[in-house]
Amino acid sequence: MNSEITIKLPRCKGCGICVAFCPKQVLAVDELGKVMVVNADACIACGQCELRCPDYAIFVDKKVKA
Amino acid sequence: MERSFEKYFRQNRLPHLWCPGCGNGIVMKAIVQAIEKKGLDQDKTVIVSGIGCSSRASGYMDFDTLHTAHGRAIPFATGIKLANPELNVIVITGDGDCTAIGGNHFIHGCRRNVDLTVVLFNNSIYGMTGGQASPMTPTHKKATTAPYGAIDRNFDACRLAEAAGATYVARSTAFHVQHLTDMIAGGIDNKGFSFVEAICQCPTSFGRKNKMADPAKMMMWMRDNAVMKAAWDKLPDDKKTEEKFPIGLFYNESETDYATAYNEVIQIAGGADK
Amino acid sequence: MSKARLMQGNEACVEGALAAGVRFFGGYPITPSTEVAEGMAKLLPTVGGKFVQMEDEIASMGVVLGASLAGKKAVTASSGPGISLKQELIGYAAAAEIPVVIVNVQRVGPSTGQPTAPSQGDVMQARWGTHGDHPMIALSPWSVREAFDTAVMAVNYSERFRTPVILLMDEIVGHLREKVELPEASAIEIYPRRKPTCSRAEGYEPFTPDKDLVPNTANFGEGYHIHVTGLIHDDTGFPIGSPKITREVTKRLHEKIDIARDEITHVEEYFMDDAEYAVVAFGGTARTAYEAVANARKKGIKVGMVRLITIWPFADKAIKKIAEKVKGILVAELNYGQLVGEVERVVAGKCPVELCAKYDMTIFEPAEIEAGIDELVAGGKA
Repeated sequence: MNSEITIKLPRCKGCGICVAFCPKQVLAVDELGKVMVVNADACIACGQCELRCPDYAIFVDKKVKA
Repeated sequence: MERSFEKYFRQNRLPHLWCPGCGNGIVMKAIVQAIEKKGLDQDKTVIVSGIGCSSRASGYMDFDTLHTAHGRAIPFATGIKLANPELNVIVITGDGDCTAIGGNHFIHGCRRNVDLTVVLFNNSIYGMTGGQASPMTPTHKKATTAPYGAIDRNFDACRLAEAAGATYVARSTAFHVQHLTDMIAGGIDNKGFSFVEAICQCPTSFGRKNKMADPAKMMMWMRDNAVMKAAWDKLPDDKKTEEKFPIGLFYNESETDYATAYNEVIQIAGGADK
Repeated sequence: MSKARLMQGNEACVEGALAAGVRFFGGYPITPSTEVAEGMAKLLPTVGGKFVQMEDEIASMGVVLGASLAGKKAVTASSGPGISLKQELIGYAAAAEIPVVIVNVQRVGPSTGQPTAPSQGDVMQARWGTHGDHPMIALSPWSVREAFDTAVMAVNYSERFRTPVILLMDEIVGHLREKVELPEASAIEIYPRRKPTCSRAEGYEPFTPDKDLVPNTANFGEGYHIHVTGLIHDDTGFPIGSPKITREVTKRLHEKIDIARDEITHVEEYFMDDAEYAVVAFGGTARTAYEAVANARKKGIKVGMVRLITIWPFADKAIKKIAEKVKGILVAELNYGQLVGEVERVVAGKCPVELCAKYDMTIFEPAEIEAGIDELVAGGKA
């Protein structure tokens, strides 16, 4: 895993913008209408989800190597 | 890691009331990031908005904020700026708020060149009231008050602003987030009336009526149809199809702003040391 | 040094506003109020203030509210058609509790009416012109000097109660020229802008009422990060869809004026000590009424005059007191009959109330009001 994905769930409205713009299909909207990480290992920390989220609900940081 | 832009939001007011996928949140973030980029003093920055979906933004932003009446943000903002020129005044408005009920204030704000930065959230519709056509609803697009498609010709607010005397005119979209932030930051830099049109998606009221209910698809539409100004200028007319539109900085001219001009009046009248 | 000057009512209004600390004016040209704007344009920059001519009446109202929020005492002025347009933001000022003074130099209406003949037809508009429930303060001067004094008073009340105040002039007083001596600055009491009583860290809320039910709202730019809206809001300033808050806020907006009602309801009485009849009048009409009453006295009629300086809140107490002692009341007003309804409400049948109305572009002749007094006396005896 190259990245750390932080989700502020109360802010998420499940619009699916992050899912649509994720180039690696890391994200999905769960049955409760909130974003969930389905393939964390595939994340390349490109930040598209964070950049486009209208609700400031998802944040991606590159993992600092130990 | 907590993002630095969070300090510009009233955390206890979030999440905001906008619909899932609404572009307003993206534009609001671009504004605070432009404010951060320009290093504006949070205590000396005032956000003024009108009425409508976009204008609810002021309530979420941690500054002195003023949610005025429908269309009236620019006159209020003018009063604030002239009364205390050390304040940075940013106006948030929508396409209906700014170009319909506030149209007269908009053109005269441009003409006076008061040092304001006006960000118009253009979602092509009256969202708060449920999807009626605005003066910026593109012709032929549908709205609850244009069920057969709008026959009204729509405003190009940027051309309107430039013609009316704004000294900084730019357009961007909710897709082009960093570009949008830069356009707003440039407006803050300009000492005079700066106008930035931010095209943003309203999936609920505009999208659904116009076969584009998916907000991501609306943003992809922006990506695919926006043309940077430099490229637009070189584009042959037959390639400027109905859906295509230019983005970027359209106009920037240095002119004396209203408060500076009025200071000269005070000098002449002998009130400078009063 | 004698400072006697020949001055117009509109000019005195400008002088009064400046003396009270007004440093901002936004307006739009309209007769018969234009001299207020012109005077402000000339004098404000001499004291470091600012004048701006806006694109319309709505913008004029908006710009002064913005200036007031940023800490400047602010005034706008207009007449009938313009005041109609300003109503939207007069309501905003009431709801958001923004100090501001609106000068209305009344002319004949409705609509464009008779430009720019005198009228007092905006009495009810001053009270009820905008939508929704809120109180209003309106003052009406009868002389050039009083135009100055009521302008000072209007600015002070707007600051003290954080509310819009209407200076309800009429064309008669607005364009009247008299020799006046204005008071020295040191003799003028000024109500300063209210200030927050605690810091943000101490939990400051911009709309928490003080003991007098008026909030100590901060100016923009003072670091309080306040939110101001025309939506019904709680003490924090943020909108809230609560029946309880809606009820409480509406009540407080009224009560903050109501509890000071006796103090701000200014009424003057003339020849009332032994009066058996009373003429109620205000503004320019009271000048004529005064002469009519004096003439009637010469004829042996025991009539006096009650002059309302404060039109709103209405002088219930004073009128009730008069109704207890006189045999009849004549209301003289330059309209089809507006204030008379208020007088009737308060008198509540204790004595006859007659209307002496005029609505034909011209001002009252003393004889017309005298005739009204004669009719009242005749009716009263019957």
